Amino acid sequence: MDRAISLIDQFPALAGLDLTIEAGEIVLIRGANGAGKSTLLRLCAGLAPLNGGAGRVLGYDLSNRDQRRRLRREVGLLAHETFLYDELTVEENLMFWARANRVDPSSVEPVLDRLALSGRLRNIKVARLSAGQRRRTSLAVMVCRRPRLWLLDEPHGGLDQAGRNFVDGLVNHAVGFGATVLIASHDIDRSSVLATRTITLAGGQVQAHRAGADPVLDEPTDDAAEEQLRAP
Amino acid sequence: MLRDALLMARKDLRIELASRVALGQILPFGALVLIMFGLAISPDLSVLGADERSVLAQVSPGLFWMAVLFSSLLTLGRSFAIESSDGNLDALKMAGLDPAGVFLGKAGAVIVQLLVLELLLGFGAFVLYDAPLSDVVLLVTALILATTAVTVAGTLYAALASGLKVRDTLVPLLVLPVLAPVLLAATLATEAAVFGSSEDGWSWTMLLGVFALLYLGIGMLSFGPILEES
Repeated sequence: MDRAISLIDQFPALAGLDLTIEAGEIVLIRGANGAGKSTLLRLCAGLAPLNGGAGRVLGYDLSNRDQRRRLRREVGLLAHETFLYDELTVEENLMFWARANRVDPSSVEPVLDRLALSGRLRNIKVARLSAGQRRRTSLAVMVCRRPRLWLLDEPHGGLDQAGRNFVDGLVNHAVGFGATVLIASHDIDRSSVLATRTITLAGGQVQAHRAGADPVLDEPTDDAAEEQLRAP
Repeated sequence: MLRDALLMARKDLRIELASRVALGQILPFGALVLIMFGLAISPDLSVLGADERSVLAQVSPGLFWMAVLFSSLLTLGRSFAIESSDGNLDALKMAGLDPAGVFLGKAGAVIVQLLVLELLLGFGAFVLYDAPLSDVVLLVTALILATTAVTVAGTLYAALASGLKVRDTLVPLLVLPVLAPVLLAATLATEAAVFGSSEDGWSWTMLLGVFALLYLGIGMLSFGPILEES
């Protein structure tokens, strides 16, 4: 990203962000609420607009609509939304998204097993799942996609200890196969164990870079982010 | 494109079968509209010298299509509510589905639902309004073409408004004026099929076909940019 600007409802959620991430990195993105973490992930997914500056993800130019469309197929996003249909069962959701993503439907079964969704949960409607079970189902859809770039927004949110350990295992497994991972999280203790680099956002810009985990830094406050926004 | 359309249509119909919103809420709503029209226009009311049929029977094609139109607004709103409720439009974009396929699939699922609804409401209209039927082929053709025109135009506008908080109130305001010519042609074609003036009916039905093709073409071409901005 080179001075990347992304406007959400006319508000500069990213305001001149500079950032380079190498393939195979696990980058933890920190920042107060409204610092631009989720927008950065959505920009990297080709979903948020690039309104200024330049940006290239997996070799695709974010300012080019066709390239942005092609990028989306190679990216997996775990967002606050589940991207699931409440009225369909876990298995029906996975089968639909596997077909929509042009993934062999036979790959769904091993993923259900791997994410402990193959028991009675597979036939339960998503609307009746707990938050943690929904999160696991969203993760299962993402694993089926086999993305080159994993964009995880609060990946440990709503999960129990076993689920959190499982997410960590998935991330390391994906990186082992050449994927790159961006994690936006407030759960610094947990995510910093995974990260090879930590960046801190404030006011839609990169405030600090640190190699490796950075659990000692205090989480920036909303006030600090506001001050950063007001700065000339 | 057709593969994506079938995938979307199957998924939408599966969701409707599971949720039973169409059968449990939209069909009763349509039936209530028919009944309310029946109460508002007395079945004993007739115009002297004009026709031996009651006024209610004479205007039954128009009342039937009004009931269908109101019900279609709910069906169309529901069709996009299931996509926008939990970020699924973003997931559809990320899947790289052909936008024209998504459009055809969503419209196709709504057409199936509306045709079932029309079958049941049509039966209700015959019973409640004491309407006759003279040309079944013309009626079925008009129903299919009018439903296609209503659905493809409505799908476009429902998609346009899907990202907005005011979509529930905005969609009827956008769709109803666009569908006014379809309502007119559908009512006149149905009148011909019901009361027996088939020659006029077929010309109105052909016009419905033109509307359906026109809206279908516009929808397939413009759905990509609309989906991108939603």
